[in-house]
Amino acid sequence: MTAALMDYDEVLERFEPVLGLEVHVELSTATKMFCGCANVFGTPPNTQVCPTCLGLPGALPVLNGVAVESAMRIGLALNCSIAPWCRFARKNYFYPDMPKNFQTSQYDEPIAVNGSLAVELSGGSLFTVEIERAHMEEDTGKSLHVGGSDGRIHGASHSLLDYNRAGVPLIEVVTKPIEGAEARAPEIARAYVTALRDLLRALNVSDVRMDQGSMRCDANVSLMPRGSSTFGTRTETKNVNSLRSVERAVRYEMCRQGAVLASGGRIVQETRHFDEATASTSAGRRKETSEDYRYFPEPDLVPIAPSDDWVARLRTTLPELPWQRRARAKTEWGLSDLELRDLVNAGALDLIAATVDAGAPAAEARSWWVSYLSQQANSRGVELADLPITPAQLARVIALVAEGALTNNLARQVVDGVLAKEGEPDEIVAAHGLAVVSDDAALTAAVEQALAAAPDVAEKIRGGKVAAAGAIVGAVMKATGGQANAQRVRELVLALVSA
Amino acid sequence: MTRLTRCSAAELAARIHAQDITAVEVTRTHLDRIAAVDPALHAFLHLDGPAALAAAAAVDDGLRRGDPPASPLAGVPLALKDVFTTVDMPTTCGSRMLQGWWPPYDATVTRKLRAAGVVIVGKTNMDEFAMGSSTENSAYGPTRNPWDLDRVPGGSGGGSAAAVAAFEVPLAIGTDTGGSIRQPSAVTGTVGVKPTYGGVSRYGLVAFSSSLDQGGPVARTVLDAALLHEVIGGYDPLDSTSIDAPVPPVVQAARAGATGDLTGIRVGVVSQFRGDGYQPGVRRAFEVAVSRLRELGADIVEVSCPSFDHALPAYYLIAPSECSSNLARFDGMRYGLRVGDDGGRSAEEVMSLTREAGFGPEVKRRIMLGTYALSAGYYDAYYGQAQKVRTLIIRDFAAAFDQVDVLVSPTTPTTAFRIGERVDDPMAMYLSDLCTIPANLAGNAALSVPAGLSDDDGLPVGLQVMAPALADDRAYRVAAAYEAARDDADGGPLVQRVPDLEVAAR
Repeated sequence: MTAALMDYDEVLERFEPVLGLEVHVELSTATKMFCGCANVFGTPPNTQVCPTCLGLPGALPVLNGVAVESAMRIGLALNCSIAPWCRFARKNYFYPDMPKNFQTSQYDEPIAVNGSLAVELSGGSLFTVEIERAHMEEDTGKSLHVGGSDGRIHGASHSLLDYNRAGVPLIEVVTKPIEGAEARAPEIARAYVTALRDLLRALNVSDVRMDQGSMRCDANVSLMPRGSSTFGTRTETKNVNSLRSVERAVRYEMCRQGAVLASGGRIVQETRHFDEATASTSAGRRKETSEDYRYFPEPDLVPIAPSDDWVARLRTTLPELPWQRRARAKTEWGLSDLELRDLVNAGALDLIAATVDAGAPAAEARSWWVSYLSQQANSRGVELADLPITPAQLARVIALVAEGALTNNLARQVVDGVLAKEGEPDEIVAAHGLAVVSDDAALTAAVEQALAAAPDVAEKIRGGKVAAAGAIVGAVMKATGGQANAQRVRELVLALVSA
Repeated sequence: MTRLTRCSAAELAARIHAQDITAVEVTRTHLDRIAAVDPALHAFLHLDGPAALAAAAAVDDGLRRGDPPASPLAGVPLALKDVFTTVDMPTTCGSRMLQGWWPPYDATVTRKLRAAGVVIVGKTNMDEFAMGSSTENSAYGPTRNPWDLDRVPGGSGGGSAAAVAAFEVPLAIGTDTGGSIRQPSAVTGTVGVKPTYGGVSRYGLVAFSSSLDQGGPVARTVLDAALLHEVIGGYDPLDSTSIDAPVPPVVQAARAGATGDLTGIRVGVVSQFRGDGYQPGVRRAFEVAVSRLRELGADIVEVSCPSFDHALPAYYLIAPSECSSNLARFDGMRYGLRVGDDGGRSAEEVMSLTREAGFGPEVKRRIMLGTYALSAGYYDAYYGQAQKVRTLIIRDFAAAFDQVDVLVSPTTPTTAFRIGERVDDPMAMYLSDLCTIPANLAGNAALSVPAGLSDDDGLPVGLQVMAPALADDRAYRVAAAYEAARDDADGGPLVQRVPDLEVAAR
């Protein structure tokens, strides 16, 4: 079933797109939101469960303090106000993967409200996305629908339930309606999710893996006819599992809704499902009347009233945030906007900053990540950040070069060793005997050998052409497998020739 | 009936700990009594004699080794309301929905009882999911009142109260959401206590209405109730609403009260709970009780708590609202009853059929009431408004406790009614909890202590004593003084006058 689509330019000519993004983030706390079960991904089904997260009769929730702190830190990083008093509510609806048939969530009393996130667009301009709220809730279990064609419930013969995920702490970050995005709406949607991901990564509160579902985006899209100030009916697209999909889903919905509206139809308020393969959305659960979740305050938990001191202390734990890091990169590292953007696009900025933080000079750190390591990432087909080398390890290699213990050539061999998971830089240096040879006896022998092999060059040097010494140095370096200290070799060449 | 079953828990414990008798002997005697009278009474849903005897033997072994008793109640038999989870016994909550469900974990109350060496002999009958005032809503049939087998033992904890009144056990545990400990105690001539909300852990108590539910002791004497209160009370990190404070010194208060002096204690009579609508015999018994308190030295004042008039309607919005959510989990997906799973039906259909078959009419009525009250557009008018009433009731209590130390009222407007009399009249049934509900809504401590027999039908009447939150000991002190004076005047504890059921059972 393919829907009629309107040309993108025509959509924008006739309508203004309005976005709303709801991002669910699984926190990487050690335990679940309301019980002591481990919060881990990928274990056998129904092995990380207890009476509380299974919703057994009589079991009660106990709030995870680390999850509350994570929520507050996220709120602070998003420039939100932290509520002086808030509580949980029950969202009541029946679904087999929800053990209690209600979700313990925050409703009208979220922990963080009214923030903003500035996102950078291609071309370097900033667009500010207003944040309505960030609230805490628990995840549901997972249903595995068996027997159908595509794993969806439609056509399935039966379903399997895994409650390992039930009760995993979630933070939902909800934007205010995003107006004025215009033609850049799809790009802004993607840039917002990217910026949020980078922020959460910097806060170290979540794995933010969209592919594993630890970060999930629901994209609300509506079109408002030009000249109107009333929002159109929106659809909510789910199953948007990558940054690229965010952009594609928004664009598709704009074109689909444009075609529906242009042909005199009306948009149905519904949940739509994004299909990665066809880059299209299809109708899911109907939401003609908004479902009545019968929210009421969760009587099994007590309200949370964060003190000013607590909030202030958490504020001091905020790391350098991505935009602060960008500002620092410009001022302290002397990068142009263009250079900075290239680094951001390459996903190198955070890595460079971390390498600098680990003691390396900015120029060297940048050079390694954007050239040699970027090549390595490309040839392996992975993201730069997923290379098996840490900023600290690279900083150590750079330090060894600065100390004169490694040449650049040797340094690459050490980095290759780290990438091959052979160990720490110092271990690799020791194991392969890669340290620079500065031992005069060994080097003198090598220089004498090289001079003897090239008497004509030796003569030129003696005749005053000092630059010719380079050929001898090169020969020595070759003979020593690059391990000679080139500076010392040069000194020895000149000394021996003039002796 | 042997003399052992007539003993109080305190007496039994003293004799067991002195190794004058064994816990096994005490348990066996009570199991024999249960075997003799429970066929007529139906207080128990599940009995585990062998496990009880083994637990008793473990207490005896410890004492023989010279170990100190694990608690002042070690070795004493007890009946547990079937709403607390137990790993070694089913937990049904009186519902078809949980028929045969064996929980994989012990409630905190269960765990504390075991750790204290208390011998759990079985699980007692109750109105389904603790919803009711007569125990007639049990899916497993009603429990009968030992004072008159044609009458109800109250509810929801009718099984626990009847078991104690009939000398099947000296102690039981109940839960009180709107009066489910106090009302059955009143109509069976036993002592029942609803501790301060948060005083006893709710972990493992299958929830009816989370903000109101509170476990507590049922006994034949105030001192026994206090001893049991101290065993089950206290902070539990597994219950976020549990109070992180020491258990009030209720045993000390019960002992001090038993000396009989209430000089200087200010007792408030709630004017809202003494008008029309009270059975004349109950009213007269209450007035006699108030006079007795005055004789003991208490200053009696009339106190008005105008918001109490709205407590019942507020309760019947809040409790059903919470229950509609708490009972949503019973859907046949993970445990308990499953109906209609023929391979062709959707999960939604199976959930629906299971809930249709698994819940009784009263539970369904309350789920529907609560679902309606929480619905969009009605929330503010019903649930929201009820919460405001709750705040007013809390203020009324606060104002009253500025003037007096405790408040008193009849526990129930009537004595035990006949089985079947109110089953088709929910409003009449709901009125049974008229006087007990305010303490649940406000969360403060309240108890019922026997106040003699009604002179119009010869059935037990309860005196309710209410104290501020965390001042449970005050209620115990007044109740213990009153109990001692009443027993003196009457020639012994009221409950000893219960008819001999072994004759009736035959």
